[in-house]
Amino acid sequence: MARRVTVTQKLGFTALAWGVGMLLFFPILWTVLTSFKTEAEAVASPPSFLFFDWTLENYTEVQHRSNYVRHFLNSVVISLGSTVIGLIIAVPAAWAMAFQPAKRTKDLLMWMLSTKMMPPVGVLVPIYLIFRDLELLDTRLGLTVVLTLIDLPIIVWMLYTYFKEIPGEILEAARMDGAGLWAEIVHVLTPMAVPGIASTLLLNVILAWNEAFWTLNLTAAKAAPLTAFIASYSSPEGLFYAKLSAASTMAIAPILILGWFSQKQLVRGLTFGAVK
Amino acid sequence: MGSIVLRQVEKVFGDVTVIPPIDLEIADGEFAVFVGPSGCGKSTLLRLIAGLEDATAGTISIDGRDATDLAPAKRGLSMVFQSYALYPHMSVRSNIAFPLKMAGLAQADIDAKVKAAAETLNLGDYLDRKPKQLSGGQRQRVAIGRAIVREPSAFLFDEPLSNLDAALRVQMRLEISQLHQKLKTTMVYVTHDQVEAMTMADKIVVLNKGRIEQVGSPLELYRRPANRFVAGFIGSPKMNFVGGAIAAAHGAATIGIRPENLAVSRDAGDWLGTIVVAEHLGSDTFLHIATDAAGTLTIRVSGEVPVHHGDRVFVTPDASALHRFDDKGIAIR
Amino acid sequence: MSTQHSRAAARLLVAPSVVLLFLWMIVPLALTVWFSFERFNLLMPATREWIGLTNYRFFLTDPAFFAAILNTLLIVVGVLAITIVGGILLALLLDRPMFGQGIVRLLVIAPFFVMPTVSALVWKNMFMNPVNGLLAWLQKAVGMAPHDWLATTPLFAVIVIVAWQWLPFATLILLTALQSLDEEQREAAELDGAGAIARFRFIVLPHLSRAITVVILIQTIFLLSVFAEILVTTNGGPGTDSTNIAFLVYAQALLQFDVGGASAGGIVAVVLANIVAFFLMRMIGRTLEG
Repeated sequence: MARRVTVTQKLGFTALAWGVGMLLFFPILWTVLTSFKTEAEAVASPPSFLFFDWTLENYTEVQHRSNYVRHFLNSVVISLGSTVIGLIIAVPAAWAMAFQPAKRTKDLLMWMLSTKMMPPVGVLVPIYLIFRDLELLDTRLGLTVVLTLIDLPIIVWMLYTYFKEIPGEILEAARMDGAGLWAEIVHVLTPMAVPGIASTLLLNVILAWNEAFWTLNLTAAKAAPLTAFIASYSSPEGLFYAKLSAASTMAIAPILILGWFSQKQLVRGLTFGAVK
Repeated sequence: MGSIVLRQVEKVFGDVTVIPPIDLEIADGEFAVFVGPSGCGKSTLLRLIAGLEDATAGTISIDGRDATDLAPAKRGLSMVFQSYALYPHMSVRSNIAFPLKMAGLAQADIDAKVKAAAETLNLGDYLDRKPKQLSGGQRQRVAIGRAIVREPSAFLFDEPLSNLDAALRVQMRLEISQLHQKLKTTMVYVTHDQVEAMTMADKIVVLNKGRIEQVGSPLELYRRPANRFVAGFIGSPKMNFVGGAIAAAHGAATIGIRPENLAVSRDAGDWLGTIVVAEHLGSDTFLHIATDAAGTLTIRVSGEVPVHHGDRVFVTPDASALHRFDDKGIAIR
Repeated sequence: MSTQHSRAAARLLVAPSVVLLFLWMIVPLALTVWFSFERFNLLMPATREWIGLTNYRFFLTDPAFFAAILNTLLIVVGVLAITIVGGILLALLLDRPMFGQGIVRLLVIAPFFVMPTVSALVWKNMFMNPVNGLLAWLQKAVGMAPHDWLATTPLFAVIVIVAWQWLPFATLILLTALQSLDEEQREAAELDGAGAIARFRFIVLPHLSRAITVVILIQTIFLLSVFAEILVTTNGGPGTDSTNIAFLVYAQALLQFDVGGASAGGIVAVVLANIVAFFLMRMIGRTLEG
């Protein structure tokens, strides 16, 4: 980047980019601001942007009226649980495919990816009925199992692309140096693979946290994670913008922060390593 | 201590025969170099010896013991990889110590051996650095350090210098040769660079398409190449080949003449030609001459000669240094 | 780098993933196919019987079905168009030198992390509501009549919401790809006399083609199954104006309890997705080879 740019040009780009950035971010900002208003101020016309009486009552109210914490915990358990189980199943598979590629490995990976192409409505009915018969409807366990299965292809793919970057020669060197399979995994593979596994974990927690097909269809009041809980606000119940905003802010804040930290891995992970 | 004997060793991947049955003996203490163009099977052959690949058939004995079915670590060999294959998350010290730790040595012994290896290789100041913080040459030394602490019965090198720049390559070549003289341990070294083969080897194994073309000392291969492939591969600049009537006059399908066995004269000689390019190196001059009778020839003349692009000169081969090949490319002796 | 032993171990390690995914794909799908040939209503389980292709005939002659297919495709194409064009423009902008680039990046990608139900509700109530929404207030402020987004242009409203969620994704990926463009290539083109537009057309765009392919693939997977945004905002309505296949099948199954009909719809959705996937997989297969 040896290109010289005048300060004026730079200021111009800065203004334009910040303008567009704020525009895209505005709905989130507006939600956060509204969460600190009273219900009356939330629908006031003209709307007040900053000069209103800031209040925290919506946050306490949301917890008080609907046991917000339970839904938050549901989200945590389901997204983290499905990702961890997925990793336990996927790490050996990705390891084998990356370091012991067979003729069919490429086909197998493409097949796994193709399972993501199946629209969930194609299997909604039987899954719903099976869950009903097994009494898994509206349970954290049931939802965790489903999210594990729908995330598995992405987890395998992500790990595969990360493992692929570990040169096979290093593992062979370990083998020559007298390391058995166990020592190879503990002393060599794991330390080199941990960053990739951590990125995979992070991205899949984000994806599972925001999943909104199965969570809406397979849960009711008890096991509902935040996606389903927030959806319950769509039924009209008078003036509720401020409380909706408070609930929304709490639902998106943790994942937004995680997401901001994982920008780089996000690109890699979601493009199956095709774009880095 | 470290003899390596291959009997009818064969490697097949699917329907592709990478290495047809091969017999090869490497004596204890010998510096053997496998050389050949890329894809000739030289690395596969090394990996078969290392145990990183299964032989499809045949037996591999190391140190007089059948090692065909032994795990890599049990063969008593050390290997230096093309990419060095250092453990990126470990310090230089831990890298070198790793094989000793795997062998279950006491910490005091490990420390002493690592220290000794570091001294041999001038790595004393870098022991606490990570591989990332080292230059290419230093990484190479760490990889060698990790190989020597095990006191193996033989060292295996897989194109270890190909990632270094030209100057460093010459220096590391010397260091590896010195190491061999000092340790007197068997070394098997794979390279595609015939200069490395010529300068380092006691015994060169020339491979082409998985087959062994010729085995011998560097000068044997240079003086008496068994076939056209070896003749063309060994020596730089490459041997000139001339066919047609000129070769027939010598009772061969092709004759080969090394660039240094051709003389140039302005006045008289066998073949008249035009200088296409003259490369003046100071110590030598390489002339590329398009002759009317024998095609384009490369000629090496010692010192400086006052000729230029476009000059018409005569070229005369040294009749005593001709190599004759039959129509299958086999040397006629 | 393999020996007999390690190859056998590898198969063993891959097996759990493959078996689970296979079960997850095959068993429910087979059941869906089975149900789709039955009269099967959850409210009247006693009347369950084999009726052949009747469900399909019923489904394929239902005007709502064609509306749903059209809406599904409109959502996919509309969102793809907005996000790819917008994403390229945004990526080009963000690649310029500026102050606070890192922060702008954070602002731009934020919408991607907002869960679909939240973004749908926020847009529906706080922006698109014709009485209390911010957009209505803006229109009134300049003297226009407020537009009732969800009642008059429901599908467009859904497309806007979904595009807002996916624009950051496209931007981020295209920006990453753009930043990997070799600066020397651009300079060489400049020396060859290529102007800004020619450089974009012949250097930048070809370089981005792989990233664009990937964006299309990933987004299509998700956009074919847009569900929460519709459920929360329009509930498929008014009428079937914003019903896509995913929503139609959901409504058939869990609102009308018609398992047979819903299963037939599900199979149709799978077939449709497979047609799209066939082309996409060929595309990404080629891209990933390189």
